[in-house]
Amino acid sequence: MKYLDEFSDPDLARRLVDEIHAETTQPWAMMEVCGGQTHSIIRHGIDQLLPDGVEMIHGPGCPVCVTPLEIIDKALAIAEQPGVIFCSFGDMLRVPGSGRDLFAIKGAGGDVRVVYSPLDALRLARENPDREVVFFGIGFETTAPANAMTVYQARRQGIANFSLLVSHVLVPPAIAAIMESPTCRVQAFLAAGHVCSVMGTSQYPPLAERYGVPIVVTGFEPLDILEGIRRTVIQLEAGRHELENAYARVVPPEGNLPAQEMLRDVFEVTDRTWRGIGMIPASGWRLSDRYADFDAETRFAVGDIHTDESKLCRSGEVLQGLIKPHECAAFGKECTPRNPLGATMVSSEGACAAYYTYRRLEHVELSQPSGTGLVESR
Amino acid sequence: MSNDLDFEGWVCPLPLRDTPTIVMGHGGGGAMSGELIEQLFLPAYGGAARAELGDSAVLSVPAGRLAFSTDSFVVKPMFFPGGSIGDLAVNGTVNDLAMAGATPLFLSTAFILAEGTALSDIGRVATALGKAAEVAGVQLVTGDTKVVDSGSGDGVFVNTAGIGVVADGVEIGPARARVGDAVIVSGDIGVHGIAVMSCREGLEFGTTVVSDTAPLHGLVAEMLATGIDVRVLRDPTRGGVAATLNEIARASGVGIELVERDLPVPAEVKDACGLLGLDPLQVANEGKLLAVVPADRAEELLAAMHRHPLGSGARRIGRCVAEHPRMVVARTGLGGTRVVDLPIGEQLPRIC
Repeated sequence: MKYLDEFSDPDLARRLVDEIHAETTQPWAMMEVCGGQTHSIIRHGIDQLLPDGVEMIHGPGCPVCVTPLEIIDKALAIAEQPGVIFCSFGDMLRVPGSGRDLFAIKGAGGDVRVVYSPLDALRLARENPDREVVFFGIGFETTAPANAMTVYQARRQGIANFSLLVSHVLVPPAIAAIMESPTCRVQAFLAAGHVCSVMGTSQYPPLAERYGVPIVVTGFEPLDILEGIRRTVIQLEAGRHELENAYARVVPPEGNLPAQEMLRDVFEVTDRTWRGIGMIPASGWRLSDRYADFDAETRFAVGDIHTDESKLCRSGEVLQGLIKPHECAAFGKECTPRNPLGATMVSSEGACAAYYTYRRLEHVELSQPSGTGLVESR
Repeated sequence: MSNDLDFEGWVCPLPLRDTPTIVMGHGGGGAMSGELIEQLFLPAYGGAARAELGDSAVLSVPAGRLAFSTDSFVVKPMFFPGGSIGDLAVNGTVNDLAMAGATPLFLSTAFILAEGTALSDIGRVATALGKAAEVAGVQLVTGDTKVVDSGSGDGVFVNTAGIGVVADGVEIGPARARVGDAVIVSGDIGVHGIAVMSCREGLEFGTTVVSDTAPLHGLVAEMLATGIDVRVLRDPTRGGVAATLNEIARASGVGIELVERDLPVPAEVKDACGLLGLDPLQVANEGKLLAVVPADRAEELLAAMHRHPLGSGARRIGRCVAEHPRMVVARTGLGGTRVVDLPIGEQLPRIC
C-alpha cells in the first residue's frame, strides 16, 4: 500500500534514528502500550537501531494476552454446549484456557467459527433462529464500539438468540496501575494511537501530570514509532512531561464522538482482571443493565468458573514490563508458540511471540539435534 | 476460468436430471455411479480424458526415471477469483512433478463428494479440471468417486496423483542448496491465499485479487534448457515462501537470508495482509516457484525465466549463507533483521 510504504521509508527512518541518537544523552526506559506497536518494533528491528540505553519496555496492550484465563474457560464452557454457535476473532482460538483451547472444542465437534466482524455473528444469529449465537467480545477501546453496536442492533432487530461474552479492558487505568507498581521502571509512554482515535486524548494529560511522565500518542508504522520515540526522548531530556499527539493524521483530540456515545449506551465501567497482572479497578467495560439480557455469562450460567495460571509462566511480569520475554526460564523451552504456557506467547501481538518469532536467533540457543529441525522440539 | 459457464439443465439424461444433487447411490458402484462418470465426468473432462474404464490404466512411458506424486484438495470455497478446486487439483500435482524437474504425463482423479452437493457445481469443477489438464498437456487416465453422508464432508474433495518423466542429468532436491547460492522467486507472492480468503465469509476487499494457479512445468523446462545446475525447485503453496524456505534450509543445512525490500508483494496483497495481520511470506501461492541456483548463473537463469509468461516477474530475493544454519532470516527495510518462521498452523487473522 503506497500509503503505508510512505511510513516505512528507510531514508526518513535513518534521519529519525540519527535525531534520536543526537538527542539522547542518558539511558531512558519507555513503554509502548500497544501490542501492535511491540510487533512492529520487533518485526522491523527498530529496537536494534536505538541508542544503547534507550530501552523499549513492552506494555500490556495485547487484547488477547490480557484476557483472563477464567474468561477463556468460560468461553470454552459455552462453546461446548450443544446448540451454540461460538464466534470469535481468529487469534483467540489458540489461546490456552486451563488445558484446552477453542480449537480443541472445535475438533471435538463444537461449532466454533472465526468471524471478521461481530456483525457477522449477528447475521449468523438471524440465520439460525433455533441456535444460540455467542460472540467473544474482547479487546481495548478499539474493538469495543463495534461490539457495542452489535448488541444495540440485536436489541433493535429483536434478535434474542444472540449474546456477548464481554471482557473489554481500558488503557488509562492500566497506565496508572503500571506507574503505581513499586517495581515500575517506566519513564515515558508511547500511547496506542488506535485507542486514542476512538476515545480522544483528554484522559492522558492528568496521567502525565500525576506520574510525571511524557505520553506521546503514537501510530504503528515504523516511521510513526520512530517519531513517537524521538518526541518522547526530547521531552525526557528536557525534563518535560506532557501529552503530545504524534499521530494527528488519525487521532483528533476529541476522538470518535458517535463511537463514544454508543459505548456509553451499551457498556458501563467495571473492575476487570487482566491476565498476568490481576485486578485493576475501573479498568474494563461490562454490559449496562439496559442490555443485561445479552450477557452470555448469565445466559449460560458460567459466572462461577475460577481458574489458576501456570506456575512456570511469567507473562504477568512481561506484561508489566518487569522482565523481557527471553528472561523467563521457560522462553523457547517449555513455552513456544506451538506449546504456549501463557497468552503473551500465543497471540501474534504478544511480546513473547514477537521475540520468539523474530528474535529467536539472539535469544534461543540454536544448537539442536539434527533431524528435528524445530527449536521447540528439543 | 469455469465460473462463467452455465450448468443449469446441463446434465440431461434422465437419472442425473432427476437428482440435481449427489445422493448416496452415486457412490454405490452401480448404475448411478456409471451414469455420473459417463454423463458428467467424462464429458466435462473433454479431450484430457483417456479412460477405458477398466480397473487400471495401462500406460506406455518413455525409458528413464519416473516422478510420482499425489495431493488432495479440500479448498473452501470451491470456486474463487481466478479458479476452482478443479484447476488446483490439476496444477497442484503437475507442479509437484515439475518441481522434481519432471515432464508431467498422466493424472488420476479421485472425488469424494458429500451427499447433497449440486451436480451443477461438480460439473463446473470437473470442467475446470479437464480444461486445466488440457492446458497442462496431461492426460486423465484413471479415477474414482465416493459419496459420503451429508455432514461427513464439505462438498467436494479431490485427490489427484500424477506420473511424469525426469530427463537424464536433472538432479533437483531440497538438500542440494549450498552456501553462496542465490534464491529466486518466479513472481508476485501471496496472491492465491488472499484470493481465496477474499471470498470467505465476511471478508470483502476493495480490489479483486485473482488466484495465480497455473502449471509450472513449461517454465521449469525453460529453466532447465539453460543447462544451469538448478539445485532446488519448490512451489511455495501452503505455508507460503516462509515454510518452503525453512524446509530448504533444514534439508540442506544452510542459512537463508532474504532481503525484505526485494520481495515482490503486490499492493493488494500487502493491504489485505496488513488488514488481517498476516505475513505475506506465509500466505499460499499456487502458480509460483522458488529456485536455488549457483549465484554466478543467477542472472542468466533470470533472463531465461523472464522469457516465459509465468516467469516474467522473476527476481532474486536472497541467498544461502553459512550463518544461522537451518534458519531463514530477513533483512528488514530499516536495516534490522528478523527471523522468518514457519507458520504454526492455519493463519489466524488478528483482533485489531
